[in-house]
Order: sequence, then structure tokens, then C-alpha cells
Amino acid sequence: MLRFIIRRLLITIPTILVVITITWALIRLAPGNFYTGEKPLPAAIEQNIREKYGIDKPWYQQYGRTMWSIVRHLDFGTSLKYEGQSVNAIIARSLPVSAAVGILAYLLALVVGTFVGSIAALKQNSRWDYASMALAMLGISVPNFVLGPILVLVFALTLYWLPPSRWGGFPSVNLILPVLTLSAIHMAYIARLTRAGMLEVLRSDYIRTARAKGLSEKAVVVRHALRGGLMPVVSYTGPALAFLLTGTVVVERIFALPGLGNYFIQASLNRDEPLIIGIVAFIAITLLLMNLLVDIAYAYLDPRIRY
Amino acid sequence: MNEDKLTVDTQTTRGVPSTLPSPTNAPDVDAIHTPPEVAIAEADVRTAETLETVRASSLWRDAWRCLLRNKLAVFGMVVVGVVTLASLLGPYTIKRTTGLTPDYIPTEVSLLKSFPPFTSSDGSFSWTHPMGTDNQGRDLLARVLQGGQISLMVGIISTLVSLVIGVSYGAIAGYVGGRTDNIMMRVVDVLYSLPYIIIVIVLLSMFRSQTARGQLILLFVALGSVSWLTMARIVRGQVLSLKNQEFVLAARATGVSTGRIIFRHLIPNTLGPVIVYATLTIPTVMLTEAFLSFLGFGVQPPLASWGSLATDGIQNIAIFPWQLIFPGVTMALTLFSLNFLGDGLRDALDPQMRTF
Repeated sequence: MLRFIIRRLLITIPTILVVITITWALIRLAPGNFYTGEKPLPAAIEQNIREKYGIDKPWYQQYGRTMWSIVRHLDFGTSLKYEGQSVNAIIARSLPVSAAVGILAYLLALVVGTFVGSIAALKQNSRWDYASMALAMLGISVPNFVLGPILVLVFALTLYWLPPSRWGGFPSVNLILPVLTLSAIHMAYIARLTRAGMLEVLRSDYIRTARAKGLSEKAVVVRHALRGGLMPVVSYTGPALAFLLTGTVVVERIFALPGLGNYFIQASLNRDEPLIIGIVAFIAITLLLMNLLVDIAYAYLDPRIRY
Repeated sequence: MNEDKLTVDTQTTRGVPSTLPSPTNAPDVDAIHTPPEVAIAEADVRTAETLETVRASSLWRDAWRCLLRNKLAVFGMVVVGVVTLASLLGPYTIKRTTGLTPDYIPTEVSLLKSFPPFTSSDGSFSWTHPMGTDNQGRDLLARVLQGGQISLMVGIISTLVSLVIGVSYGAIAGYVGGRTDNIMMRVVDVLYSLPYIIIVIVLLSMFRSQTARGQLILLFVALGSVSWLTMARIVRGQVLSLKNQEFVLAARATGVSTGRIIFRHLIPNTLGPVIVYATLTIPTVMLTEAFLSFLGFGVQPPLASWGSLATDGIQNIAIFPWQLIFPGVTMALTLFSLNFLGDGLRDALDPQMRTF
């Protein structure tokens, strides 16, 4: 197990460096840069700027400098657009917003999804089963940027129950609509996966044994079936993280939340190179580490898996 | 292959296979014991006359019957068909009947140009705009139908791009095997865990094309080149289980080149799962396109997709909700149907992948 973790970590570090390099290359290969605006700068000013940010040096020196400060100090430099603010400070400030929305949405999806999915499996081919699965398919098919505004229209602009947008601190009613919007698609996926996993497990021999020895139905389902039936859900956590990230980008745009995703889109539009690289690297690191955690959890939950 | 054994055994078995009845596992015996020319001749005769034709058509016919029994899949198929036909013929028909084109902007001066569904400019009931009009007074139905062309085109072409990359990659990794396979699949594992959407956004925002057409092509390539990973895994798995079967051995024994074996013998046999997964990739790609259009990196005006139409509608949601609801619902309905169709195809074509 330890060897597996070390080996995975050894792959992770070069992967992150490759991601940073690809991002850097994409930004540099594209025509234009942060300073190409509608009005050309006077030559002297442009020269000063080039010297200050080291853009007058050959590309390999610039690349080396960027990579070195990232590898050495995890320092992504200062943002070009938000002058004087370091990329690390911007990430530290915006991360809690994205994390709050993302984690709450995933927890909600997990609770509702497993519950609906297990009941659908236990009552297979019943009306409840069909209804919940049709609803789940709808959840997968409705884009979150359509769902979000519709929720706003109904709950904020028509019923006046909830605020339509803006960040209101961590536990606040402002979170309800973003979290609902983000969790819909995950709820749907998790419900489908739970149902499929449970149906397979419920037919297996060890469930028959559990029933045969006279356990109550509740004990059979909760203690025996759920553990096996939830395995597909655990392996979904990896892809879900990636989905959550892209989802938060949309949700933050709709609800005007000052999260990572919103900064990332702004940075891409502004060609704010250090900020783009910083956020991409941060997301890549988070994703890779979480995927590793998921794999470890998987081995822990399923005794048949050995690395 | 053992060369000596081939020549020795040939003497005793030459000519025999043609008189044998053809049981299912006969070809491997022939492939080993007859010289290459005979083996290929035998195999050809048999494929043409008995084995392949009967079995192949019945597999597809079974799948088709199974698909037709699945009510949800039939529903999906019908809706997808109707939406596709409407998108292709709709704008033309509307032009013929009402004279409106998707980009026709009425010239009369009025403060409000966006009318609710079934309403004309003076507020009375009319059939002219069944979905209402947008901010500039353009007929929303015509725009939604034309947007459908773009959305479906993005879905299909990007899926084809991912199909070409994924199938070739997976088939090569699976067939060559060993170290090559190991490295190739490790690369897929690494790519799997990357925030590829984030990188696509960087790509699209940096290389923003000046023309709408250029942006569309960039979109095909970008979406196609990130959605081939699962396809590569599926095809590799299929090829791994196929490559040691007799027909591959026969092909190899008769001196068919590796490339030809992969593309002419192995890939056609992976068609079932590939079709299933491709059908399920189309809605995913369309959803991603809509997502990118929402962020402003996708389809650019004057072209419009369902995603970009819905995005335009979001800005006016409080006053003109139909501008969001019609493109949004049309897209959701199409994706919903494509997903059901994909699920149905999976049940029909690939019983092992079935998830009850």
C-alpha cells in the first residue's frame, strides 16, 4: 500500500509540471499578450514593462524562471490584472467560496442520491423506481446553467423566498440556490450508480446468506447491501471532482460568487498569465491528490483490491 | 507460428477441410494445419457463404428487436429523429411559410421587440412566432432550429474526432501489448485525472478565432481531443480479448500486416460497444459545448447553438423568460432522448455492460 502511494505521488509531480508547461506554452504560443490592448503603448513604457516582468529575456529563461519559483517556493508570482496581489493570496481568498459550494453540493448529492437510488433498487420496476430514474435522467440532461436561472426565476424573482445571487458568508441563505444547482447532476448520477450497484449486490449469494440466517431486512440492506452497492459511487468520486470544478465555474458565474472559477474565467479573458497558471496548477494538484485519496479509500472499502 | 509443423501437417490434411461440415471452431484447425493460401481460400468461402453472414445479421437483428422492445429507447429514437429533421428542414420551411429567416431583424421602430410566444407585435394571438422573438425581434423558433443544426453538428463531429483518436489509440495499445500498451495506458490514466476542461478553456480563450467558422472548427478539435479517453479504454479491452482468437491468428499466419489486422479485422469486431459509447458521448459533448458557450468561449455570433441561445436568454430571464426556456428545454429534451437511446443501445448491443 505504501509503495503504491509513493509510486503514485512520484507520477503526480511530473504530471503537474507537464500541466503547468502546457498551460504556459498555450498562453505564449497564442498571438498577443496581456498588454495588447486597443491603444498601443508608447515604446518606452512598453520597454519598461517588458523589463519589469522579464519579458525581454529569451523564452527559455522566462520559462525557467517561472518554473523555478513554482518548484522552489510554490510561488506563482503576482497577478497582472489585480496589481500588487500575489496569485497565492487570490487563490487563498477565493478557495473557501468554491470549496463551500462544492463540498455542500457533493454532500447533498451523496445523501439524496444514495437514498433515492437504494429505494429504487429495493423496489425495482415499481412506479417509484421508474419515476426516480426518469427524474435522474432529466437531472443529467438539463445543463446547470439552464437550471440555475430557472431556480432563480422561481424562488427569487417570483416567490421572493431566497436571494437571487451574491456571496453572503458561509452559513447563509445565499448558498441554497447555488448548492442546489450544482448538486442536481451529481444527485442524478449517484442515484443511477447506487441503483445499479445495489441491484447487482442484492442478487449475490452473501445477501441470500444474510437473509437465510434470519437477519431483519433493515440489517441486510444497511449493513450488507449498501457497503457493496456503494462501490460504484466511491469510484465516481474521482470524475465527480472534475465535474464539480467545472460546475462551480458555471455556478459562480450565474450567482456572481467570488470563487476560484470566476477568477479563472476573468484571468483567461484578461490573459493574466500568472493567475491562469496558478489556478490551473492548483486545480491539477487538488484533482490528482483527491484521486489518490479515492483510490486509497477504494482499497480500504473493498478488501478484494490490493495494490 | 511454427514453420516446420505447418509443412509436415499439410500433407496429411490438405483438402480435407472442404469436405468437413463447418462447426464454429473449425477455422483455427484449418489455420494451423493448412498452408496459408489454402487457409485464406477456405476462410473466404466460409465467411461468404455460411458463418459470418448468418451470424452477423442475426446479431444486429437481435439488437434491433431488443431496442424496439425498450419503450424509452424508442421514445428517445423518435425524439432525436424529429429534432434532427426539424433542425435540418425547419429553417427552410419557416422561410417558405412566413418569410422569416433566423437572422431577420424587423425594421419597424418599437420600444419592445421581444414578444411572448404566439403573440404578434400588437399583442394579439398569432401563429407567426410560436416561440416568441428575441431581443432584436428575430423569430425564436427559427433561431432554435438553426441552433439545433450547430449543436447537433458539434455533437456529431466532435464525437467522430474522439472516435477516430480513441479507437485507433485503444486498438494499437491493445494489439501491440507489452511495454507499449503499458506506457500508452499510463498516459491515458494521467490524462484522465487532469482538469481537461480547464485546459480547453485556456486553449479556446488564447486562440480565440476571428471568424465564427474558425471558432467552430477549434471547438470540434478541442472537444474531440479531450473526450477520447474512455473510448480508448473500451476498445483496448475489446481488442485484448479478441487478439488471441483464431481469425487474428489466421490473418497473421497469412502474412497480413499489423496495421491491416488492427483496422480491418479487429476494429470492425469492436463495433458494438463503440456504437454504444459514441451514442452516449454525443450528449456529453453537446453539454460541454453549451457550457463553453455559456462562458463565452464556445460558438460565436453570428452562429448560434442551443447553448449560446440559452445564454443570451439568461440575461433577460426576469422579463422575457421564454428566451431561456425554449432553447433550454429543446436542448434538455434532445439530450434526455439521446441518453435514453444510448442506454437502450447498450442493453441491446452489449449485454455485459448492462446496468439493469
